[in-house]
Parts: sequence; C-alpha cells; structure tokens
Amino acid sequence: MTNHNWQFQTEQSLVENHGLKLDEFEKIVEGLGREPNLTELGIFSAMWNEHCSYKSSKFWLKKLPTSGERVVQGPGENAGVIDIDDGDVAVFKMESHNHPSFLEPYQGAATGVGGILRDVFTMGARPVANLNALRFGEPNHPKTKHLLSGVVSGIGGYGNCIGVPTVGGEVNFHPSYNGNILVNAMTVGIAKKDKIFYSAAAGIGNPVVYVGSKTGRDGIHGATMASAEFDEDSEDKKPTVQVGDPFTEKLLLEACLELMKEEAIIAIQDMGAAGLTSSSIEMASKGDVGLEIDLSKVPMRAQNMSAYELMLSESQERMLMVLDPSKEEMARDIFKKWDLEFEVIGKVTDTKRLILMMNGKEEASIPINILVEDAPEYQRDYIVEEPTPIKEYKSEDFDQNNILKDLNTMIMHPDLSSRKWIWEQYDHMVMADTVVRPGSDAAVVRVHGTNKGLAMSTDCSPVYCKHNPYEGGKHAVVETWRNIIASGALPIAITDCMNFGNPEKPEIMGQFVECIRGMGDACSKLNYPVVSGNVSLYNETNGEGIYPTPAIGGVGLIKDLSNVKTLSLKEDGNFLCVVGKTANHLGSSKYISIIQSKEEGGTPEINLDTELRNGNFVMDAINKKLIASAHDVGEGGILVAISEMCMSGNLGIIIEIETNFPHGYFFAEDQSRYLIEVSPNNYDKCQKLANNNDVHFEKIGIVGGDKISIKNIGDQHISALKRSFEKSIKQISQ
Amino acid sequence: MKSHVIVFPGSNCDRDVAVAIKNISGHQPQMVWHKETSIDKSDLIVVPGGFSYGDYLRCGAMASTSPIMQDVVKKAKEGVPVMGICNGFQILIESGLLDGALMRNSSLSFICRDILIKPKNQSSVFTKKTQVAKMPIAHNEGNFFVTSEQLKKIRDNDQIAFQYCDENGNVSEHSNPNGSLENIAGILNENKNVLGMMPHPERAAELAHGCEDGKTIFESILN
Repeated sequence: MTNHNWQFQTEQSLVENHGLKLDEFEKIVEGLGREPNLTELGIFSAMWNEHCSYKSSKFWLKKLPTSGERVVQGPGENAGVIDIDDGDVAVFKMESHNHPSFLEPYQGAATGVGGILRDVFTMGARPVANLNALRFGEPNHPKTKHLLSGVVSGIGGYGNCIGVPTVGGEVNFHPSYNGNILVNAMTVGIAKKDKIFYSAAAGIGNPVVYVGSKTGRDGIHGATMASAEFDEDSEDKKPTVQVGDPFTEKLLLEACLELMKEEAIIAIQDMGAAGLTSSSIEMASKGDVGLEIDLSKVPMRAQNMSAYELMLSESQERMLMVLDPSKEEMARDIFKKWDLEFEVIGKVTDTKRLILMMNGKEEASIPINILVEDAPEYQRDYIVEEPTPIKEYKSEDFDQNNILKDLNTMIMHPDLSSRKWIWEQYDHMVMADTVVRPGSDAAVVRVHGTNKGLAMSTDCSPVYCKHNPYEGGKHAVVETWRNIIASGALPIAITDCMNFGNPEKPEIMGQFVECIRGMGDACSKLNYPVVSGNVSLYNETNGEGIYPTPAIGGVGLIKDLSNVKTLSLKEDGNFLCVVGKTANHLGSSKYISIIQSKEEGGTPEINLDTELRNGNFVMDAINKKLIASAHDVGEGGILVAISEMCMSGNLGIIIEIETNFPHGYFFAEDQSRYLIEVSPNNYDKCQKLANNNDVHFEKIGIVGGDKISIKNIGDQHISALKRSFEKSIKQISQ
Repeated sequence: MKSHVIVFPGSNCDRDVAVAIKNISGHQPQMVWHKETSIDKSDLIVVPGGFSYGDYLRCGAMASTSPIMQDVVKKAKEGVPVMGICNGFQILIESGLLDGALMRNSSLSFICRDILIKPKNQSSVFTKKTQVAKMPIAHNEGNFFVTSEQLKKIRDNDQIAFQYCDENGNVSEHSNPNGSLENIAGILNENKNVLGMMPHPERAAELAHGCEDGKTIFESILN
C-alpha cells in the first residue's frame, strides 16, 4: 500500500481511508506546520470531503444569480430567506440524502427530512411545509419495491410525527437510478424578518452551548461516505447511516423557537453532516473568532467515546449555540422544560483556532482558516458533449386510431400515474393551513393567521438533462416557475439540489457545468434567483453514473388566497384553451419512452422570452379573475394534462380542435405551455389580452360530460381513465 | 365559555384545534402543559392529536400517565365534556375513560385523506348537530377494536358516536378506511360526556380547508 514517495509518519492507508488525497494531506501538514493527529485528521477529512467543502462545484455555483429585490439571505447560510411582505419572510432549502437512503431507506429518508427541518428552524423559522424529489430505478428492478416503500414511510414517519405537513414533491423511475436512488428533501418555514438567526459566533468569552440529544457512535464518517462512489461492498457502510428521532426533534424545535423569542441567542448552527466538527467550525469561521471546546462535557450516549468519535458522530437532533451569558439560566430552564440536554461545552476565544480539550488534555488545535478558506477547491476538467440531435417526427409514422389506447398506457406508467398512494402516507394537512393539497401543479400553504399563501413545487426532468444538459437545466427551473404561476402565485426564488455522478470524470463535470449554465440563464431571465442549495456528487455504482439531476424547489407568493388556482376543471360549458405554441416536439417525450420504449429525438428547447411572456400572461389573467382553472403542460403533453384536469374535476371535455398530426399535437412536449379553463364570458377578454402580449392562445374544446371526446378519434370515460391512473405506484410497492 | 387544550410533548394538533375553537366560539382556549396538575373550571377539555411521546411504547400510553391526566379523568367523571381527537382518542382509551383499543390500520400504513362519517348516537352534546360529514383522517393506528361483550355494551348504551360511511350515509366495508370494527370512527363513554374520535374536525372547520363540515361538532358543544 505504501507509496515510495510517501514521506510522512502517518500511514498512507489511514489518509486514504479518510478520503483525502496525497496533495490534500500535504496541504494539511503545510498549514499546521506538523502532521495532524488522528482527531485532527478526522476533522480535516470531514471538512474537506465533497459534501461539506463543495470543492468541485464551488467555482461553478458562484455563477448562479443569487440576488433580487426579495432576497434577504442568499446561499451560504443554513437556508435561503425571501421577503413575503408585511415583515414576514419565507426560509427554505432542499438537501440530498441519497447515499444513506440507498443503504437504509427508512432511516436515510427520515434523517434527510430531519436535517432539512433543522436547517430551517435554526434560522428562527417555524417549518410549515415539507416537499421532496425522489428518483428510483426501474419499477421492476428487484430493489425498487423495498426502496420505494422504505423511503416513503421514512419521509412520512418523520414529517408526520414532528407535525409539519408534507405537501408536495415529485417521483421518477429510471434505470440510471438502479444503483443510486435520489432522496431530496425540502423544507419551507416562516419567520419575522427582524427575527432571523445566523451562525456567526461572537463575543469573546461567551458560552458555547450544546442542546438536543446525546451524542452516540452513529453516523461517524457519514459525510465522507456520501462523497464516495458505491461498489459491491457498500452494504457494509450501513453503520454510517444515522437513526432519526422525530419526537426529540419536535421538542428541539419547540424549545429553540421558545428561546428565540428572547434576546438570548447570539449564534446558532445545527449539527448536520459532520456533526460537531462542521457546526463549530462554521460558527467560528463566520464570526472570525476561535472556539475552545471541552469534549468531556458533551452529553454522551455511549461510554468511553474518544475525541475523534465525538467530533465525527452524526447523531441527530443536536444544535450548537453561542448564548448571551446573562441569559444562560433562562435558556437552561427552557430546555429542561422540554426534557432536552443543555450543556455549556466551551467558549468563544480570540485565538481564531479550534481547540479541543478532553479530560485536561489538548486533543486538537487547528487554525480555522486552514479548515475553511484554505479548503481545496478544484476547477475540474470538463467536456461538454454534443446534445442529442432533435428529430422531426411525421404524422404518417403514427396510427391516430391508437391515441386513446396510448393515453391509457401512458397514464398507467409509474412516471405519469397518480401519486396518491405516496401522499396519502404523508400527513399533508397538519397545521391546518394547507390550501392546495398534493396532486395539483404546486402546493399552497397559507401563512398562518393571514390571507396570503406560499406556493411551492419541486421539479426536474433527468432525461431532458441527459440529452441536453443546458436545456435540461433551464427546464428544471422553468417547470417550477410554471407550476407556481399556474397555482396563482408570483414565483420568487428557488433552492437547488444538484445530483450528479463522479465529478472527476470530465463528461460528468461537463453535465454539471452545462446544467448550471442553463439554470443560470433561466433564473436571470425570469428574475427567479437561487437562494440556497446543496450538491450531491459521486452518485455512481460500479462506475455507472446517474442521469444529471438538478432538482429545483421553487417558492412563490400568493398575496390574496382568493386567487388560488387548481388544475381541476370547474364547470360545464367553460372553454379549455391552450397558451403557447405546439410544434410537435416528441423527442425525449414520455410518449416516445413509454409507447416506443426509446430515448431519442433530443430535448425540447425553451425560448426564455416566450416563456416569460406566456407566464406573465397567465399571471395577469389570473389576477384579473379571467381563469377558472390552470395547469401547466408538462411531461406527456397536452392530452395527459387534459386528462389530469378532467380526472381531478370529475368532468369531461369535447375536444374540437383539428390537427393534421394528432400524435404530435396531443403528446408533444413543446415548452412554455399552459392549459387554462375560461368561462365563455371571459373568453374574448382572454383572447385580447393574449393578442396584446404576443401570446399564442387557442381554444381546444368545451368542458362537460363524463368523457374525453376527441373529434374524429373517439371517446374515453373519465371513470375508467381514473382507474388506470391510480393503479401503478401502489402495485410497485406490493 | 371556557375551554382547555392539553399539550403533551409531541402534540402537534394543539394549535389547530385551538384556532378552530377560537374561530367558532370567539373564545381563546387555555393551553395546559401536561406537567400541570389541575385544570380550572372548564366547559370543554380537548386532548389533541399528534404523537405524544413519539408514540413510543404504545400510542397514548405514556401521555395517559402525565400528571395532568389525573385531573382530566377526575373532571370527566364529574361530567365535564372531554374530547379526544386522533392521538387524543388513543390517550383517552389508555387512561381508561373510553372502551376498546386502537390497532394499526388494516393497510399497515399511515393514511391521510378525507373520509365521511355520520353520527350513530344523535343526542350527545358532541353529535346532536352533525349529519353525514366530510373531514380528514391522518393516522397509523385508528383501527378500532372491542371485545364482543364490550361491543354489545356500547351498542346497547348508544355509545357509538360516529361511523365511517359513504356519501349517502351507508355504512359499508367499502367506506371503512382502516379496518375499524363496525366502521367505528368515534365512541362515547357511558355518560356521553367523553368523546374519542379518529377524524380531525379541526381540519375541516373553515372555507380555506375546502370543507367546513367539522364545525358542527364544535358548535354543538361550544354554543
């Protein structure tokens, strides 16, 4: 194992087992002026892994637009913060828990939810909604059943118990996730703008306080595991998965929010990935101070824990804070009331070092800046591959007699079918402020005690990203923007969760770079900045990477809840109209993948000018009360979108529009389109508004009856369609 | 009108029910921490939903031994109306105020969705104003069970408060979401002043919820 160039006392294998490269180790030695001891090596390993240091992605992430008139806090804190008027702010972030969820789906998913909830309430916000973005392997892959059931019950188990509604999300199935599922969890919270809490430690001599659960040996090296590829032996990594306790987190949430009402907390940071290490270093670095911690004071669950174990444990439901010393007793009483640990474990110092003591012995002494500012940052080599060329399809290649049969097959497919089996396992109504439940374009949650609400949606189309990462990156952003608009809200900002393969491979890095470029262009054009996010790389098993998956979570504001729209058709006799042009782009569509079992034809392109015009038109029409229901046209195309509106509203439609390429018209995935239901009285006003704004607008049909009737093609009963729609996801789990 | 809502560690519908009571009665209920030992004079005590003590050991079991529960039991025996919703129902069973047991749903999974219920008992302070009503359930352990002797007793004594039903009020297997015996969604004690129910009327109590059917249960007791 020993390399002949190795010139250090420390064993080379020990360094490698900590996920550190030779040049990174040299950098540590240079920074410290000596070789690190084991505890210090563990700390560097935890801080410099991909998950905590963003070493491959930082350079590119800086290119994303992160500011805007409503942005109160962009990336860099525990979560992003946006202004939602009246002194209120929304605090949100999405984070991955992919590797642990593959190893142990229930606990992996549960602790993913727990972690993101803590990120939000650390900032002083009460969490009001959870969402998620999930990717599994093929529906019939032997692992999918177990992983799907485990992840769904894990998300439910945590969210239901803590009492935060899980209101939305998305789920996809694709072979590229057979060996690496993705579990991305998002939390949205609400706080007062003048009561936001940050992580910068301050005040030399102030107490550093540990609260929450005791520290055990679970999750040691979790973040390092999450920064490596999987192979056949990965099952052995199960002990690195943490175990969640939502009940303790509920107590921690209430205790923290109770304490936050007082002027007691100077800085607060949750102990997430890399536990006590990252939280203490983060606080010291942000505050440009030092911390001295006596590890023997840390509340322990196991006996004889070493400094190394205490620093690297990822035991859940813990927080670190710096308190105003005069409020220490009051704070202690609050945590005592909630039966939680409260221990002063150290103090803020002016040394700008992290000094760890244990039983009177110094276990580590590291200058903070070496750990943070001097952390490795790479501009990895990348290759941008040619996007899959766009294919022109012709009407004569399709049999129009099959349209309704194809529709049935498509909505029975797990990628397009009802997600009811999933969301019925999530309490999506606790807190009694859920206005639009799961199943519509965006979920809407009322801001408690007001008549305004937040609309939120998660989205990404990995197939689009694979075949054209630039357009795919644009699409993921724009899809959430559309969903939020269709629900009646003004889109404000996004959080992103960048899930990719091994960044050391230039083609994977190329996907990352291109997705970022697409996202950035869309965000800039739509004035829809990124306020928080997370990167998950090395999603590979035996060298096979996942499809590029930049999952986006968007948040919008509805100033008046009477403007909320859902996708359910509302009334007989109304007109159903389509906003945006259909140009028969079937490439990379669900039609091609489900009916023809192919992945070909290229990703649809998005013209951001058209996108902006069409979106603004729908927003305007909703605010002018011209629209009865709205739905964005997404995967599956117009006919799938119409079916969703019919099934949700239990109403049929007579489709009158004539087309010479029915498959193209009904299943194409051209972008920037919406379906809107308009009463006959408002039709002319809508048409005029569209004309004035250079928006393509056409009537498709008339709402009514109990079937979808397509002129010259045939009829499909809604009730039968619904039976097909609700079957497949449940079947996977059985 | 004075009402009280008990708060246990892990309660998570305490605020929701307090908001519903405030909206319907105009009076703010008093929140009572579980470590307290007595409740002031009260016209209604609510044991709210949630996951008291994380549902550890057995749903409701640990909460039923909280200090405040001695006084809740005492007040219930004196005739004060006591209402347990969801986890509150589980707690009232564990405290011995109500008969039966709540087992895991027959589907073995958590269920959150709208269901329909109708009152069987039509004269109690809780049920007298309600007809077929829509409201959500959200639970893992709502599968009601009693022994056949107990069932006979609660039937004969008109203690079945609510049953799961369909739009037309038919009680059938099809309208039973969780496997409960006789579709029982809620029961009363012998004196009809203690109600336990799995559905959440506080989540169907204003227009923004999309349904207001749950209001009548509060209205009948609060006015």
